[in-house]
Amino acid sequence: MKLNRRHFIGTGLVASAILTAPTVWGQAKAKVVVIGGGAGGATAARYIAKDSEGAVEVTLVEANPVYTTCFFSNLYLGGFRDFESLQHGYETLAGGGVTVINDMATAVDRAAKTVTLASGAVLPYDRLVLSPGIDFKDGSVPGWSADAHAEIMPHAYKAGPQTQLLKAQIEAMPEGGVFAMIAPPNPYRCPPGPYERISMVAHVLKERNPTAKIIVADPKENFSKKALFEEGWAKHYAGMIDWIGPDFGGGNVEVRPDTMEVVIDGEVTKVDCCNVIPGQMAGKIAALAGVTDEAGWAPVDPASMKSKMDENVWVLGDSSAQGDMPKSGFSANSQAKVAAMAIRGELTGSRTFPAKYSNTCWSLIAPEDGVKVGASYEPTPEKIASVESFVSATGEDAALRKATYEESLGWYAGITADMFG
Amino acid sequence: MRIALTSLGLLLAIGTVPGVAEEIGDAERGATLFARQCAACHQIGDGAVNRVGPQLNRLFGRRAGNAEGFTYSKSMARMGADGLTWTLQTLDAYIENPKALVSGTRMNYRGMKDPEDRAALMAFLRDWSDKPRDIPEAEPTARKTNPDLSPEILAMEGDRDYGEYLSSECRTCHQADGSDQGIPSITNWPAEDFVVAMHAYKQKLRPHPVMQMMAGRLNDEEIAALAAYFATLD
Repeated sequence: MKLNRRHFIGTGLVASAILTAPTVWGQAKAKVVVIGGGAGGATAARYIAKDSEGAVEVTLVEANPVYTTCFFSNLYLGGFRDFESLQHGYETLAGGGVTVINDMATAVDRAAKTVTLASGAVLPYDRLVLSPGIDFKDGSVPGWSADAHAEIMPHAYKAGPQTQLLKAQIEAMPEGGVFAMIAPPNPYRCPPGPYERISMVAHVLKERNPTAKIIVADPKENFSKKALFEEGWAKHYAGMIDWIGPDFGGGNVEVRPDTMEVVIDGEVTKVDCCNVIPGQMAGKIAALAGVTDEAGWAPVDPASMKSKMDENVWVLGDSSAQGDMPKSGFSANSQAKVAAMAIRGELTGSRTFPAKYSNTCWSLIAPEDGVKVGASYEPTPEKIASVESFVSATGEDAALRKATYEESLGWYAGITADMFG
Repeated sequence: MRIALTSLGLLLAIGTVPGVAEEIGDAERGATLFARQCAACHQIGDGAVNRVGPQLNRLFGRRAGNAEGFTYSKSMARMGADGLTWTLQTLDAYIENPKALVSGTRMNYRGMKDPEDRAALMAFLRDWSDKPRDIPEAEPTARKTNPDLSPEILAMEGDRDYGEYLSSECRTCHQADGSDQGIPSITNWPAEDFVVAMHAYKQKLRPHPVMQMMAGRLNDEEIAALAAYFATLD
């Protein structure tokens, strides 16, 4: 082919457009691959597909064909919800323009901009969203590893069969038996989660097995809504719960799954059910993609949730290290909307607006005794920073606590509709 | 001394003297207003019972939505559960514009615009509270519930695109299709009601902490943008 001046100018224009323009005019549709179909990933996939109206090709990779929400799984343990109510399919999302692939992502090649799946399939992307939740740190609880012992001492901290197993174990406890929880060190998913769980276990035992005891070994001096939980435990479950903080050796723990023993500060206790919630880090694929730091989390730009390691990668939810926001479904959902806006802006030139983030965590202490904590956040150059916050007060009347619980049911219906369509 | 309740600022300036009920308005005139504008639905006085609306004896100090045996709108019941209690200030705001304070109230009343009329009506209502002399003019916890909004704020044209982005934050809890399962629907609200309600939260006049926080960081343009979006949501 003869190369004339006109032809040369033409390709030059295209090349410079690719290099400089945020938009990808005249090419094949821009591709976004989202890994993880929870509160961060499903929301991001849905919002990008919905708001770009077909201009962006969105693929969601999620290992489970049916998603079980970790939020509200404690209410299942407490008998306030059935298991099916925690489960959500991806049909509506798929009908809304998202290609849903039920597979496991096993590798990310950031240079080639591809994701490899367990099936061997390779997905190219222009922008990648990682929202893989948490994984557990091996060795964080001496004597316990997820692979070897989760069937004996469940973590139940990724909702699914583990949650069902823990419930069955609680219900099978002998009369007057002992339930133990090994609470996690910071940072971890759902800060009030372990303590709401204790409340739910106490509620079940109070009804079925009122002479049973609960011990909690905790490496943290303080935890989310501590005053509210302590007040609620004294009110509803007096004498049942023994919370052992670090001052009394709660951080010096070993478990012996073979003999069902828990060793707290050298003292051996025989237990009938043991919930081990280990130390946590970003979901494995984030580390495989090379976007995590030495602490095991993925640092992100506070204004957009974009990875600090790669301008084409976003990390949402539990896996991200962003600053003040707690690791929660609400946070992930909030972050996903900022990310979806930023990604659409880069790929289609759509308008972008300043990031706003928010979070609220509701917890149930006893029937119709709900409490909440929340905050709003804004990006600063260093981190996502808390702007304003609130927390339920101790001593609130029953009508307000009931309203708070009912509000949490409304939130669950709202966020799951927002995630899955 | 007779003091007409002409403005909330004045009311706050007066302060309270525990145990002494200052006159707040002309109760006789209030009785006439009640007969003309309220009595079709509400009873008050000896033997009053719930009719279309709840009976209004012992109204002051009562939690909203809590008259025994009366079935309230969800909206009123929720405001009561959130902490709305009838004081001179909250009742003043409610009578002025019922739907601005309690969006989904079933009280089909357009509102009483003249502050002196409202003061007269409340003076009459207060005669039928248990111990009228013990009802303070403004309890320390009393809240003004209608925000002071300039006409410019109410007239502001919202940027609907911006509203759509901002609304994504609302939709974590408020379902876009308008269904209500513990958190009220805000879809298709008239823009002005939306603006008034959001400013009421922003100024912490409405009681709900999540909404106070959410509205607290929205500026006037952002509230207008959201109002424009939700008013026109399909």
